[in-house]
Amino acid sequence: MSDWLSDLIFWIVFAAILLGLRRQRIFWTVGALGLLLLFNQFFTPGFFHLQVLDGHLYGSRIDVLNQGAKVMLLSLGMVLVIATGGVDLSVGAVMAIAAAVSSRLLVTQHLPAGVAIAVALAVSILAGAWNGLLVAGFGVQPIVATLVLMVAGRGIAQLITEGQIINFLDPTMVYLGNGHLLGLPFTLTLVVVMLLLTHFLVRRTALGLFIESVGDNDEASRYSGINAKQVKFLVYTFSGLCAGLAGLVACSNIKSADANNIGLYLELDAILAVVVGGTSLQGGRFYLVGAVVGGLFIQTLTTTFYAKNVSSDIAPVPKALVIIAVCLLQSEVFRTRFARVLSPIEKFLKPVGSWLPRHLPTTARHDSPKS
Amino acid sequence: MTRLNPKYIPLMATAVVLAAVFGTGSVLYPNFGTPRVFVNLLNDNAFVGVAAIGESFVILSGGIDLSVGSMVAFVGILIAKLLQVGCDPFLAIGIALCAGIFAGAVMGCLIHFFEMPPFLVTLAGLFCLRGLGFVIYPESIGIDHPFYAQMLPQLSILVAPKAVLPFTAMCFLASVLVGTFIASFTRFGRNVYAIGSNENSARLMGLPVAQTKILTYALAGFFSAAGGVVATFYMQSGNPASFVGLELDAIASVVIGGILLTGGVGFIPGTLMGVLILGLIQTLINFNGTLNSWWTKIVIGVLLLIFIVLQKLISRRAVTQL
Repeated sequence: MSDWLSDLIFWIVFAAILLGLRRQRIFWTVGALGLLLLFNQFFTPGFFHLQVLDGHLYGSRIDVLNQGAKVMLLSLGMVLVIATGGVDLSVGAVMAIAAAVSSRLLVTQHLPAGVAIAVALAVSILAGAWNGLLVAGFGVQPIVATLVLMVAGRGIAQLITEGQIINFLDPTMVYLGNGHLLGLPFTLTLVVVMLLLTHFLVRRTALGLFIESVGDNDEASRYSGINAKQVKFLVYTFSGLCAGLAGLVACSNIKSADANNIGLYLELDAILAVVVGGTSLQGGRFYLVGAVVGGLFIQTLTTTFYAKNVSSDIAPVPKALVIIAVCLLQSEVFRTRFARVLSPIEKFLKPVGSWLPRHLPTTARHDSPKS
Repeated sequence: MTRLNPKYIPLMATAVVLAAVFGTGSVLYPNFGTPRVFVNLLNDNAFVGVAAIGESFVILSGGIDLSVGSMVAFVGILIAKLLQVGCDPFLAIGIALCAGIFAGAVMGCLIHFFEMPPFLVTLAGLFCLRGLGFVIYPESIGIDHPFYAQMLPQLSILVAPKAVLPFTAMCFLASVLVGTFIASFTRFGRNVYAIGSNENSARLMGLPVAQTKILTYALAGFFSAAGGVVATFYMQSGNPASFVGLELDAIASVVIGGILLTGGVGFIPGTLMGVLILGLIQTLINFNGTLNSWWTKIVIGVLLLIFIVLQKLISRRAVTQL
C-alpha cells in the first residue's frame, strides 16, 4: 500500500471520528491533536511513514503511542484524582518506587517476573493508599499530602536500589515495555485495557457520579449520603496503581531501574494531559478519554519537537506556551472577555450546518467554577 | 501565666525542632556545635533561603510558585553570559533582578486576570524559564570577573574565631529581615495575609486584591532572581541545567517553617528556621559519613509529614474552640 493512500485512509478515519465527537467536550482535544498531526503531515517528512518489520508496525505515529503510554496510564489515575478536586504530585516518585521494587526482586532475589510485578503493583497501591489516608483520613490539602511522598518517594526508591542502577534482562519484564502484540506495541494494549477497565468502573457503576459530585461539592455530596472520604481514598489508591504500572513500563523501556530519573517531571505531564483533556483543575466533571487523548497530544508535541530537531533542552518553552494557551481557552474570564471577538465567527458558522460543535469557546461551560 | 497564642505554636514547634537537630549534632559530633559549622550552614543554604523568602509570600497569599528552581538557574546563566560579553557586574545583576520581577509580574497577571490556577501558570513558568536558560547558553559558564574573584571574598566579616560570615550569608540574613519587615510591618504585608485567609472577604473589605496578588508574584520573582544572584556568588558560575527541584526544597522549608499552605498563617522568620533545619539535616548526614544522601529526602519527607499533621491538629482545635 503506497504511503499517500494509507495517509488518506488515516485522515478519513480521523475526520469521521472527529465528526462523531462533534457534540462532545473532547472534540477540542481531538481537534488539537488533529491540528498537530496535520502540521506534521505537511512539514515533517517521514512522520507519517509506516513500515512493517518482522511482523511489527514501525513509524513515528506508533512511536507516539508507545512512548505516550506512560503519560496515558498516569493520566487515567490523575483524572479521577483531579475530578475529586485534588491533585497527585507523587506519581513520578511512585513510578520510581515500583521500578525499584520490581527490579530489586527480579535481580537480587531472583524471583520470577510475575511475583516481582505483583509485589511492585501492591507497593504502588499501598503508596496511593497512603496518599488517600492523608487526604481523606486526616483532611490534609492534596498538594501538601502528596508532596510528602513526592519528596520522600525518590529517597525510598534509592534506598530499595541501594543507590545503584539495576539492570535486568528478564524476558517478561522486557516484554512489558518493548514487546509487540498483534503487530502493535504491547504498551498500547496495556493502555487500552486499563482505559476500558477504568471506563467500566466509573461509567457503568455509580462511582463516576460519586467522584464528580465529591469534586463539585464535598459537603453537599456528604449530606446526600455519599461517603466522600471513601471515594477520595479510592481515587488516590487507583492513582497509585496507575503510577505503578507506568513505572513498570518506564523501567522495562530502558531495561533498568534508575531511581533518580524514572518518572522525573512526569507528574506535571500527567496533570497537563488531564487539563488538555478538558477536566477542570477545580474538580467536578471529568473526561476519561479526554485525559488519554491529552496524554497522546503531549507525546505528539514532544515527538514533533524531536522530529523538527528542537533541542530537548529548549523544548520546554513551546510546551509552556501550549499550557498557557490551553489554560487561557479554558478560563471563564478569558472566554467572556473575548466573546465579542468569537461570537461573530460563531454566528457566521452557525448556518453552515447543524453538524458544527455546540461547544464553541463562547458557550458557557456546564461545570461552574467553585467559589 | 498568659496562654500562648495558638498562631505561634507552629513557629515554636519549628524552633524546637531546630534546637533538637542542632543539639543532636552537637552531642554526637564534637566539632558540630561550632560557629564555623553554623556559618557554613548559612553560606551553603543562602540561595535556597533567599528564594524561599519569596516562596513564603506566595504561599502566605494562598498561591504556590513552582518556577523557583528554573528562575535561579536562568538568572545564573544570564549573569554569567552578560559578564562573559563584558557587561558591568552591577548592571548584569540589575538586569537579572528586573527579569525576575518581570517574569513574576507576568505570572501574577495571568493568575489574577484570567483566574488561572497558580499551580499551572507557575508550572508553565518553570518550563519556560528552564528552556530560556538553555537558549541563552546550553552549557555551564564560569565567572572570572574581578568583582567575583577579588571583591566578594573581601566582603566578609569575622564573626567568631575561625568563622567568617561570607557575603552570601549576609544576603540571606538581609532578605529575611527585609521579608519580615514587608510581611509584618507594611500595608502590603497585611493585605497578603488577608488575601491568603480569604480572598473574597479581602475583596469585600475593599483591599486592592489585584494589585497585591500581582505584586506578591513580582516579589517572589524578585526574591527567586536574588536567590539566583546569590547562587552565582556561591558557585562562581552559571549553569542552565542546575537547581532542578529547588522549588521543592523551598516549599518544604516554608512548610516546615510553620507557614500554612492554605495561606494566611505563618511568619517569615519561620522560613529561615525551616531552611536551617533542612541544611542541618544535610550537614548531619555529611558528618555521619556512612549514611547516604537519599536519607536526606526521606527525613525531609517525614518532617514535612509531622508538620502537616501538627498544623492540621492546631487548626482543628482552633475550629472547635470557636
